[in-house]
Amino acid sequence: MIQLLGAAANQTFEMPSIDYHQIAPILVVLGMAVVSVLVEAFVPREARRNVQLVLTFATLIVAFILVVSLAGQRALAAAGAVAVDGPSLFLQGSLLILAIMAALLVAEKGVDSAGDAFAARANALPGSVDEREFTKRGWLTTEIWPLFLFSVGGMLLFVTGSDLLILFVGLEIMSLPLYLLAGMARRRRLLSQEAAMKYFLLGAFSSGFFLYGAAMLYGFAGTVDLGGIADAVNANAGQNGLLIAGMALISVGLFFKVAAVPFHQWAPDVYQGSPTSITSFMAACVKLAAFGAMLRIMYVALGGLRWDWRPMFWVIAILTMFVGVIIALTQTDVKRMLAYSSIAHAGFLLIAVIATNEQGIGGAMFYLLAYGVATIGAFGVVSLVRDSTGEATHLSSWAGLGKRSPWVAGAFTIFLLSFAGIPLTAGFIGKFAVFEAGVAGGAGWLVVVAVIASAIAVFFYGRVIVIMFFTEPQADGPTVVIPSSFTAIAIAAGLALTIVLGIIPQPFLDLAEKASIFVR
Amino acid sequence: MSTTHYLVLSAILFSLGVLGVLVRRNALIVFMCVEMMLNASNLAFVAFAQQNGNLYGQTIAFFVMVVAAAEVVVGLAIIVTIYRTRRSASVDEPSLLKY
Repeated sequence: MIQLLGAAANQTFEMPSIDYHQIAPILVVLGMAVVSVLVEAFVPREARRNVQLVLTFATLIVAFILVVSLAGQRALAAAGAVAVDGPSLFLQGSLLILAIMAALLVAEKGVDSAGDAFAARANALPGSVDEREFTKRGWLTTEIWPLFLFSVGGMLLFVTGSDLLILFVGLEIMSLPLYLLAGMARRRRLLSQEAAMKYFLLGAFSSGFFLYGAAMLYGFAGTVDLGGIADAVNANAGQNGLLIAGMALISVGLFFKVAAVPFHQWAPDVYQGSPTSITSFMAACVKLAAFGAMLRIMYVALGGLRWDWRPMFWVIAILTMFVGVIIALTQTDVKRMLAYSSIAHAGFLLIAVIATNEQGIGGAMFYLLAYGVATIGAFGVVSLVRDSTGEATHLSSWAGLGKRSPWVAGAFTIFLLSFAGIPLTAGFIGKFAVFEAGVAGGAGWLVVVAVIASAIAVFFYGRVIVIMFFTEPQADGPTVVIPSSFTAIAIAAGLALTIVLGIIPQPFLDLAEKASIFVR
Repeated sequence: MSTTHYLVLSAILFSLGVLGVLVRRNALIVFMCVEMMLNASNLAFVAFAQQNGNLYGQTIAFFVMVVAAAEVVVGLAIIVTIYRTRRSASVDEPSLLKY
């Protein structure tokens, strides 16, 4: 305070120098999201969808090119608020690839006879005259596109934030649009609205924990800068209540976002109720962004405290893996099963956080990319299997799918094998990299536990494959809709990346390894 | 004056917020409790700013207010939609998604 008053008395104000190239990917995405809002206001209804599609895909591709152009940079940008380093650029790049794939699923308009997967008007009551009228007119909720872009922008910020305030703001920009997107399904709108409310209340609850934790760490260190907190942690001898409380509360906030047990309750409901394309976006991109932020906070700011947080993470990791795989065994709904599978994957990824070494960072980044491409592909397939009421997600209705639509069932099988970690798929390499890092980081027993959990997981993934290929199809079962090229490209890209990352992983692993040092 | 009182008050507010989210059944009340958690954090930030002798905490409080306002917009939209559909804002009633 005294220094500040002194500075004010001298009338000096130092302009922070900002290198705009370094934060260009974030600025482009958020800026175009604002333009996208203006498109909603000024472009006539008939043209909106096409304008929004061009704008969204162009933005995501340009942002990806900008991220690539930054490769190799290591610096704190924007007055120390944003870290441009290997992990943040690798994660931003992966995030944008996954966002493009998810956007392709969101753009699909060919599988539902009434239009795309979103309600004609989200504010019309389900089953009302208004709703029928809007649907008959063929109106589309093109507001999903600005929401989508804002969410991607928040994620880009969340994985690069080097300051607890920026991380909090990134977290909220990422989450708020998703709460709305979750509630906008065209079919089964009650489920969708319920999912939105559950996601919103629990998401807001968890960001409250994150923020209070940030306040505690600020009280301890006198700064919210991650590097500054690390210095304070290293200078501190003995126990400090504020530090431990801050660490625990921030972890709780992050555990909610990655859906780690016991903070996972929202995930199955939200994954099942949301429009399938949005579920794929949440499952792949939110998990990636949240793990990116978790790695940065735990490694950079609280790395000196690792002997205090590792035991807690051990317990959470074991619980997450086992609760995820065991409850997944009993699921009868495909989307719900994939949700529990995603919870189990969060457990495997926690091993990489616990490892606290460079291999852990590289392994986690590869794992997140491998898991993300398979997830978007798998949900893409789910959106194609339909009956008269919409998507047929009950497992019994998938019986015999392999006999009627071998290609679609085959693609789904490859995604499941990748989730299970079978060799020659991306999932195997990801699991291997993470487990190797865990052993090197002194978490050998945890890896043994994780291998047992993976073995259980193979069982329920295998069960779906058996249902698809070795049972007789139902007489009035669902049909596989032929999608437009949007979904087809997304599934094909997911398939191609899953196989390429599984067969020739070395270039990607090298890239992840080279990019695995945080700047502070 | 010491900042301890403010920190104790902020901890009490935060705990009340958490308790409210866990035990109340009306979505609006639950949401208000979440807002109370955010405001408890604000109070802690401002108190720590006084204690640490820098202005970060006070600046952060402004950002948090803006974020909380955005959250109100989104949250009320969702809760009102649910209310119009179901004629109730109880968090127990929407229970189609389970197991």
